[in-house]
Amino acid sequence: MDREKRNHLIRIAAAIAVVYGVILILEFTLRPTSILFTVLRKGAIYSLVAVSMNLLNGFTGLFSLGQAGFMLIGAYTYAILTMPVSVKQSERVYKYYECIVGFDTGSLIGLIAAGLMAAFFAFLIGLPVLRLKSDYLAIATLGFAEIVRAIFQWDVLGPLTNGANLLREYKDLTRIYLPFTDIPFPPTLFVFIVAGVCILLIVLLINSSYGRAFKAIRDDETAAEAMGINLFRHKELSFVISSFFAGISGALLAMFQYTVQAQQFKTMMTYEILLIVVIGGIGSISGSCIASFLYIALSEWWLRGLDMGEFLGIAAPDLFRSGFRRLVFSVIIMVIVLFFSKGLMGDKELSYEHLKQKLSSLRKKRRASA
Amino acid sequence: MAGFFHQNLSYFLSGISVGGQYALIAIGYTMVYGILRLINFAHGDVFMCAGLVMVYLSASLPFAVSVPLVLVFTVALGFLIERVAYKPLRSAPRMSVMISAIGVSYLLQNAALYFTGGLAKVYPEIPFLSRSVVIWDASTRVVTLVTPFLTVILVVLLTLLIKHTKIGMAMRAVSRDFETSQLMGIKINRVISITFMIGSFLAAVASLLYFTNYASVTPTSGSMPGLKAFVAAVFGGIGSIPGAVIGAFIIGICENIIKGGATIFGIPGSGWTTFSDAFTFAFLIVILVVKPTGLFGEKAVDKV
Repeated sequence: MDREKRNHLIRIAAAIAVVYGVILILEFTLRPTSILFTVLRKGAIYSLVAVSMNLLNGFTGLFSLGQAGFMLIGAYTYAILTMPVSVKQSERVYKYYECIVGFDTGSLIGLIAAGLMAAFFAFLIGLPVLRLKSDYLAIATLGFAEIVRAIFQWDVLGPLTNGANLLREYKDLTRIYLPFTDIPFPPTLFVFIVAGVCILLIVLLINSSYGRAFKAIRDDETAAEAMGINLFRHKELSFVISSFFAGISGALLAMFQYTVQAQQFKTMMTYEILLIVVIGGIGSISGSCIASFLYIALSEWWLRGLDMGEFLGIAAPDLFRSGFRRLVFSVIIMVIVLFFSKGLMGDKELSYEHLKQKLSSLRKKRRASA
Repeated sequence: MAGFFHQNLSYFLSGISVGGQYALIAIGYTMVYGILRLINFAHGDVFMCAGLVMVYLSASLPFAVSVPLVLVFTVALGFLIERVAYKPLRSAPRMSVMISAIGVSYLLQNAALYFTGGLAKVYPEIPFLSRSVVIWDASTRVVTLVTPFLTVILVVLLTLLIKHTKIGMAMRAVSRDFETSQLMGIKINRVISITFMIGSFLAAVASLLYFTNYASVTPTSGSMPGLKAFVAAVFGGIGSIPGAVIGAFIIGICENIIKGGATIFGIPGSGWTTFSDAFTFAFLIVILVVKPTGLFGEKAVDKV
């Protein structure tokens, strides 16, 4: 390994360590209800699902819109598996049905099972659907997500999924503990560790020979096939892996929200994730992460005033009423889509060199104008 | 068979009526796809906007004024969306145009959410269309009977327009070959704008009929009919207008039979209601796998 590469890795490791250190410190200093934690947790969860979508859309060139469906599968798998048996048998959650799952698991097993279940469904649906081309694939996966939502709300499956009613009292973020103890695990740190490990795995995959094959398929299917890449196998692989991580992020979302209901995983959710990917730059992992945190921070925190009647000290309750935030948001998104189609990062990754370059070009520009 | 038909007559009737409404929306999808190769995800939301504008206009204006105004507004909206969101991306990759369409859909839904405050708006009763009638023991509204006829008339008119006028010829040329038709002196931007305007006009007519039946409009009430209409267009063979119409009628009828409570596979109808939406998509996946070109679609040849 040459020196430059090693320095690069050390820098990345240091940056990651700093982020996790800061989060640990925040957990012990801020009060747990702080809005910052909401933003950090939800941002990390959306980062994971955005990166998983980017793996498909940005790196393999498969325009899939099924993310919400896979998140739903993950969320339900996790909630059903980790809900304690005593809760399942009581009437608190399964009010109208007899729950047929007679066991419960720990949260780690629940998370992995959530991913595996989503991956399994992806494998099945991928067999017919991945033979389709761009926009047909988009609409077929979108339709698949709708079918999943209907199935999970079906009252014949009520003993498993509780029908259209919500699930709660499973192992959410307040109910996870350090292994073999009953000391509660810092919740934000937990989300960051799970999301971080998953994103790291995706990055490793993209940099492997499989990742290069994915990119070859994205750039030119025919050429990739001529080079001996098995198109269908690689597409299926990318689809299954992406769905695995979407399932895990669904499970994390269920943990974060304390309750989960199929109703919430609508097409709109997939659109939001897609728009995050576009804002971050299609084909940039770090872009997706930055965009997720920005998106969540803006919508949950910084632009709140737009809904509450006062923004930046301007009070206009008639204009700034409920829903204005999202309207402003969608206009911003349209501007980005139309005029900055590369997004924040294009297909580059955030790195020390990249930042240095940006800064020096800025400085040059300023000097030129002065 | 006759017994089954008689029993489920009211579902057949509403199926045919909804089918007609889907057909009108589906034409907008299929024409735009035929020309731009773009799934116009915002089309369903244009349909919803037409419904909302009707609610607001009819509150203060008589129907004779508000109905034409709604049609004009929707046509203008379709034109505007094409000019602002799709035209600048003419030479961009197809994926960016589709993302732009999703962005527009997101924008329209959020705008509707803001203006309605998230409440379902009650659709006005249009005097003639809302009257109820009884046919063969099944009570229904006039709109249910009017829809299929109106749909067929509009489709025939549209087919005549496409077959026998200059602009129709230009549309066919552009959908066949974008660049060559440009070289032949066809102003493609004009043709595309007119396509969007026709699509929006039909969506506005569909919204008048559809919401008279469903009685309320919410910001998301356009997305489901929109997607179903798109499925109908795919089923009929995208780019083909008669295909879209037939597909829409089939989907409308099947969906209403499922909703209606016929016992299928031993599970009584009430158990299947949740699947009336999902059915459409299952149907879509099956079509795409079995016959991706649809009923009347032309076989596309991939050029290397």
